[in-house]
Amino acid sequence: MFHKEKNIQIKNSASALYNNLSVLRIAPRRLTYFTVVHANVVNMVSASWDGLNYSHRQLQSKEPNVATSTSLIMQAAFCVLPSRELLVVTSQKGIQMYESDGSIMVYWHALDTPETPTAQAVFARGIAAVSENYVCVGVSSGAILVFDVPSKGSNITLSEVLEEHKESITDIASECSGSQECVANLVTVDDGGSLCVWKSGEEFQLLNKIGGFDISCSSVKLWKGTVVAGYGSGQIRIYEAVTGILQSEINAHARWIYSLDIAPFSGLLLSAAEDSYVRVWHLSVTPETNSVEVAHLHNECVTDTQICGAKFCDGDGYAFAVTGYDLSEIIRYTQT
Amino acid sequence: MSSRTLPLLFINLGGEMLYILDQRLRAQNIPADKAKKVMNDIITTMFNKKFLEELFKPQELYSKKALRTVFDRLAHASIMRLNQASMDKLYDLMTMAFKYQVLLCPRPKDILLVSFNHMDAIKDFVKDTPSILSQVDETYQQLIEMYTTLSNGEFQLIRQTLLIFFQDMHIRVSIFLKDKVQNSNGRFVLPTSGPVPHGTQVPGLIRIFSCTGEEQTRLQFNNGGNYTSAIREGSFEIFGDRVTKLGTNMYSVSRPVETHMSGTSKNSAQHTKVNTAPNPLAKEELNMLARLMGGLEVQKAGSSDSGFRVNLFATDEEEEEALITRPDELSYGVINIQATKDQQVSAELTKIMGEFTDSGHQSPSSSNKGDDLLAMMDDL
Repeated sequence: MFHKEKNIQIKNSASALYNNLSVLRIAPRRLTYFTVVHANVVNMVSASWDGLNYSHRQLQSKEPNVATSTSLIMQAAFCVLPSRELLVVTSQKGIQMYESDGSIMVYWHALDTPETPTAQAVFARGIAAVSENYVCVGVSSGAILVFDVPSKGSNITLSEVLEEHKESITDIASECSGSQECVANLVTVDDGGSLCVWKSGEEFQLLNKIGGFDISCSSVKLWKGTVVAGYGSGQIRIYEAVTGILQSEINAHARWIYSLDIAPFSGLLLSAAEDSYVRVWHLSVTPETNSVEVAHLHNECVTDTQICGAKFCDGDGYAFAVTGYDLSEIIRYTQT
Repeated sequence: MSSRTLPLLFINLGGEMLYILDQRLRAQNIPADKAKKVMNDIITTMFNKKFLEELFKPQELYSKKALRTVFDRLAHASIMRLNQASMDKLYDLMTMAFKYQVLLCPRPKDILLVSFNHMDAIKDFVKDTPSILSQVDETYQQLIEMYTTLSNGEFQLIRQTLLIFFQDMHIRVSIFLKDKVQNSNGRFVLPTSGPVPHGTQVPGLIRIFSCTGEEQTRLQFNNGGNYTSAIREGSFEIFGDRVTKLGTNMYSVSRPVETHMSGTSKNSAQHTKVNTAPNPLAKEELNMLARLMGGLEVQKAGSSDSGFRVNLFATDEEEEEALITRPDELSYGVINIQATKDQQVSAELTKIMGEFTDSGHQSPSSSNKGDDLLAMMDDL
């Protein structure tokens, strides 16, 4: 079903972090950007579609006017809003937002870091663009920071802080940015496995909270009103977002899941874990009957590698890319 | 990231160090009383109350260079001496062993079981010496207190922090190569077979539920591997069967340890690029190091004829050869620090410097005493 393409070399190896790969397709320029985090550096590669040109850039987690310790980056992700695209980088010290090519930093938000380290780690993790003009970022305390992003310029402001989670945020996902109307358009998950479903707006509204069982939820996606969540136990669980009803449970992986992705136009689902496997599934959702169908389509084993990132490169799921701990390459697969 | 990583890193690396030294002491036929003294001295120093107090405080992980300094100090806590090549090799083996254990832990929480395996072995080394035994027991308590209440997510953060520390290390260890747990490119073998972790199901089942919660459909899929159900969980108490073999002693006199320096992964060069950036953390780290090592008491070397040298290589020639041919990117350099005028730090450093007996690393003197001490640190 899929075959391997040529790998893309990156300047450093990928660190073992959840969702450690972000992909942005720039159709007008026939380019795709990839970002992979290595400790305190974000490696960006811009790959031309004809496979002939690759250019690299590295972003450091340097905070303006701060000369002390470097801070480790937890996640880097592209945020696509109707008016603009940003690259958001979250670290132990705060949140940086860049133009999508990584050329200019447009915003910096510092986290409250204590003078001396506390037992509870401080960091930001979990990034998603929501609706027309919001970017949501999670924090280790469980808070979700909602940033209001103007259509251009750097006048980004912190609009709201959502305090519902008690454990560190692991991932955030949204759907329906811009055009469609959705009841629920944001889901946030944490280290205890709790899921919160929200509706965005001037004041974000909590629609549902699904409790966890101390099984960390490391990756989540929202599609057609359905939450797809990946857990440390290797399970994938599918919930109806608004009601919280469990629709499907998949014993998907033998180790901790690190990354999930959905190709929105085809319903292909990608899951990747520490067990070296990337699996492709097909998901179909029938909202009228509140039912889902799940079919397993394909396995790829990246030998001797703990996978930390897997993303589709396009909305149909025609191609996907994978990163692994200690690997200095992005591995790519395309449909045969 | 996680501020609770250092104690686990230290105890596990220390445990591996003791396994290796124990094997070398036997292999070199060091008299039993001297060997025992070395092991006891090192373990006493490792579990020094003041030292552990500092270690268990919430803090970021040290850099590789800083941690190497601590272990240099620890290895020389007794009458045993190691040349630089042997110390390098010792540290390589320790770190690759623990990297292997961290990677292969089925669940992040199992790192604690690995730590208990090391602790159990250390306890066995000093079972005849009640005073040291009680120090070790106290440390068990501290570990249990600090770690058994942590959630799985927090353990994963600790694991991720450790994996960043071990990133890009691919030194080949002959015992790992022989056992086929490491490939010739230095990467560890990650099996896709065997028991799944405790709390995980064997992959292969898709269940669909109705809106009332009843199971409607069951589908099977091929997981591509050869997995079996989880086995029983190991014990997280002071005594108990840990179940996992990770963290137990894999060396014996008949299975000596060698590392291969040639043909290391080309990624190590890329790694150094990031590492050699000016380190603004250095001063902070030096302060932390000073506080930590201020607690390390010295065992004064007895009369000169009770001291002896241990070689991690088969012959002296091999050891010399290893020092010369060690690739630049694998040298455990030193923290590149700027002189600090902090009086307290200087005082701490004076104390530490006075206790270092590793000869051959004297630097040219400079006017300021603070500069002097820091320059000496630079040459370590």
